[in-house]
Amino acid sequence: MEREEKSKSLKVNKRSITQLVAAVLYNCNIKGFMKGSLYKGNLKGVCVPGLNCYSCPGAVASCPLGSLQSGLLSSKYKIPYYVLGLLILFGLLFGRFICGFLCPFGFLQDLLDKLARKLHLPELKKSRVTRVLSYLKYVILIAFVIIIPLVKLTPGFCKYICPVGTLEAGIPLVSGNSELREITGWLFSWKVFLMCAILLFCMLCYRAFCRFLCPLGALYSMFNPISFFGIKVDEAKCTHCNACVRACRMDVKKVCDRECIHCGGCVPHCKEGAIRYGVKGLGK
Amino acid sequence: MKRKTLVNIIRVVLLIGAFLLMGLGLNARGFSDVKNKAVRICYECMGIG
Repeated sequence: MEREEKSKSLKVNKRSITQLVAAVLYNCNIKGFMKGSLYKGNLKGVCVPGLNCYSCPGAVASCPLGSLQSGLLSSKYKIPYYVLGLLILFGLLFGRFICGFLCPFGFLQDLLDKLARKLHLPELKKSRVTRVLSYLKYVILIAFVIIIPLVKLTPGFCKYICPVGTLEAGIPLVSGNSELREITGWLFSWKVFLMCAILLFCMLCYRAFCRFLCPLGALYSMFNPISFFGIKVDEAKCTHCNACVRACRMDVKKVCDRECIHCGGCVPHCKEGAIRYGVKGLGK
Repeated sequence: MKRKTLVNIIRVVLLIGAFLLMGLGLNARGFSDVKNKAVRICYECMGIG
């Protein structure tokens, strides 16, 4: 039992460190935060796997969702093959392991959850309702990331929903620039309100944004069962006791299904030791 | 065993597809398009419009 707890805390710590390193690496342009300007180097032509706004003063690379929407806006003249290829590659290599380990907004949600548990706030646990709500992110993916950019020629998700853009770009840039402050209107107010609501909801419901709203998570979830790297179950050892599913705080029906973020929370709960991280290779 | 083979075939096809798409995109200046968008302040992302 003690060993289980120790292994759990080690795993959680390793994951937190990975998340922190990813968040810092994505946003290591410290000068940008001080000057209120954006990094303009060549790395901006590469997308990071996680959700990280490219208009954040610290961002040194691009947001895959923002780049996809931007590419779809001009798809009448040019199909965004490069971004599509990158997204397929990220999804195929890691699936939603990216949500668990490489997404700064996922990290923020984990921190908020830890804070909420310390404050003994009530928690909305997974249920049939949350399972149904988990399909909402696919609607957002289709409507706001694909249809609105194609039809209305505006990046629907970035413009109306994305709390990451508001948090990483909107607030730092608007607070440090009086000219930008003057041109803010109802849309900025809406986005700040929505961001606050989402962050608050994440304190009451574990990873609420990832589970119900994130279109990038929706995209990667399609690759989850076939991704090369992540959690895998040794079928020979598995007794189908479902302890893993009961321990999981996401809306999973089985380990490594579309909702699994490969956080490893289930690993210490498997008495048979059937769950582990690994490369799901091309062999047997 | 059959399912695993099918999964591996899908993986290889998608992997080749991903590299092909990236190659096509790079050839069509996709890298510059992404960079050019990302080096300017995105008013939509910020919530300005």
